[in-house]
Amino acid sequence: MYDFFTTTTLGMGLTIVGQIFLLVIPLLLALAFLMYADRKIWAAVMMRRGPNVVGVFGLLQSFADFLKYIVKEVVFPAGADKVVFLMAPMVTLVMSLIAWAVIPFNEGWVLSEINVAILYVFAVSSLEVYGVIMGGWASNSKYPFLGSLRSAAQMISYEVSIGLIIIGIIISSGSMNFGGIVASQDGGYGMFSWYWLPHFPMLILFFISALAETNRPPFDLPEAESELVAGYQVEYSSTPFLLFMIGELVAVVLMCALISLMFFGGWLSPIPGLPDGIFWMVSKMLIVFFFFSMVKAITPRYRYDQLMRIGWKIFLPMSLAWVVFVAFAAKFDWFWGAYARWGMGG
Amino acid sequence: MADFDYGRAAKYFLLADFVKGFGLGLRYMFAPKVTLNYPHEKGPLSPRFRGEHALRRYPNGEERCIACKLCEAVCPAQAITIDAEPRDDGSRRTTRYDIDMTKCIYCGFCQEACPVDAIVEGPNFEFATETREELFYDKDKLLENGDRWEAQIARNLEIDAPYR
Repeated sequence: MYDFFTTTTLGMGLTIVGQIFLLVIPLLLALAFLMYADRKIWAAVMMRRGPNVVGVFGLLQSFADFLKYIVKEVVFPAGADKVVFLMAPMVTLVMSLIAWAVIPFNEGWVLSEINVAILYVFAVSSLEVYGVIMGGWASNSKYPFLGSLRSAAQMISYEVSIGLIIIGIIISSGSMNFGGIVASQDGGYGMFSWYWLPHFPMLILFFISALAETNRPPFDLPEAESELVAGYQVEYSSTPFLLFMIGELVAVVLMCALISLMFFGGWLSPIPGLPDGIFWMVSKMLIVFFFFSMVKAITPRYRYDQLMRIGWKIFLPMSLAWVVFVAFAAKFDWFWGAYARWGMGG
Repeated sequence: MADFDYGRAAKYFLLADFVKGFGLGLRYMFAPKVTLNYPHEKGPLSPRFRGEHALRRYPNGEERCIACKLCEAVCPAQAITIDAEPRDDGSRRTTRYDIDMTKCIYCGFCQEACPVDAIVEGPNFEFATETREELFYDKDKLLENGDRWEAQIARNLEIDAPYR
C-alpha cells in the first residue's frame, strides 16, 4: 500500500491530489470564518453589531452568503467577451490558490518543497493582476475598465517595493526556501531572533505594500465605490463575483502567511523552550489578519496620486536603500551579525 | 526650504496618525454598541408617528367614518378612493374605502382632515408584503388594523391632543 502511493504514477498523483485537498479545503473553510471575523471587527470598531443572525453569533453568515451567491443568475453585459469574462475570476482565484503550494505550515509541511519558493510566490501574485485586467476589459463597460487600469498600475507599483523587501530577507537568510528562511530565524532568543527586529522598517513597508497589492483599504481604489461604483467587479454577479471575492481574500491570507513566515519566524515558538508547531504559524497569521482588518476599519481611502507618490517616491527609495544597507550589514557582520544569520550557521 | 517642518515629517514617517487611530479603534471596539438588535429591540416612537393606516370604531362597535370624503379630497397622492351610500338605518356610511399604500406618501393629511378621528396613521411600520397587490388596502383590512392597534392609537391620540 505504501509503495503504491510513493512509487507508482497513479498513486503519486492521488497522493498529490489528496494533499492539495488537505490544504485547500481547510483554507477555504477558514476563509469563511475569516470573512466573518473581518466584518465583525470592522463593525465593532464602528460600534455596530455586525452579522449576528445566521447561526450562533452569526457564525454561519459566510455560508449563507455563499449559498446566495451561487443561486443568483449570472448576468452577461451586452457586448461582453463571454470567454474572457468568465475566465477572469477563475484566473484570480487559481492564481491566489496556487501560491499556497509552497507555503509551509510546519517543518516540512509543504506541498512542494522548491528552492525558489519565495520567487514563485512573487511571480504568481504578479500574475493575479491579469484576472483584474481581463475582468475589466471583458465587461465592455467604462467603469470596470477604469477600475482595472487603476488596479493594474497599483499592483505593479507596489510589487516593486515588495520585491526589494524580499531581496533584503533573502540576503539575510541566504535562502529562497521558506523552510530555510524560518530556520535562519531560529536563533535561541525566541521572538527576538526573528527578522521583525532587524528588518523592522521593512515589516511596516511590507505590510503597507501588501495592503496595496491585495487592494485592501485604504488602497482599495480599484473598487472605490464613490468614484467607480465597484471598479472591475461592477458587471460581475453570482458565482463569478464570488470567485473574485474568494480570490482577493485568499490573497490577503497569503500575505498574512508571508509576513508571519518572513518576519515572525513562521512556526517557531516566540518563547524559547516552548515547542514549535503549526499552532504558532496559524496564530501569527490570525494576528496579522487582525491588523489587516483594523487598518480597513480605521483608515480613510487614499487618493490615487497619493498612492502612486507613496509607492514610487517613498517606498521604492526606502526599500532600495534598505537592500544596500542589508547587503553591507550582512557582508561586514554589523550589529553582531543580526543581518547575516546564515553566516552564524543558522 | 527654510521652514521645513521636521515634527510633521517625523510624524508622517513614524505613522503617528495610524498608531493613534489604531488605539482609538481598539478602544471603540469594546465600547457599547450603538445599534439596536432590530427585530428583537426597537427604538422609541413618537405619538405622532405616521405609520400604517387604520380605520377606527366607536367603543360600541360602530365605525366612525361618515364618508365625508375630506381625506379623499385632501390626499396629495390621490391614494384614497371612497364610495358611499345611505345604510338601511339611514346613516351615511362608506361602501368602499380603499387606500393604495404604494401611492401613499405618509403625509398624515387624511388624519388631519378627518372630523371624527376615523382614519388615523398608527404606530405600525412593519407591514412589508411579498406582492404589490397585498398593499392595496380595502375597508375590511383597514378596520381590522383599527381593531388590532386601537389601544395604542387611542393612547397616542390622547398624548398628542394638547398640541393639536
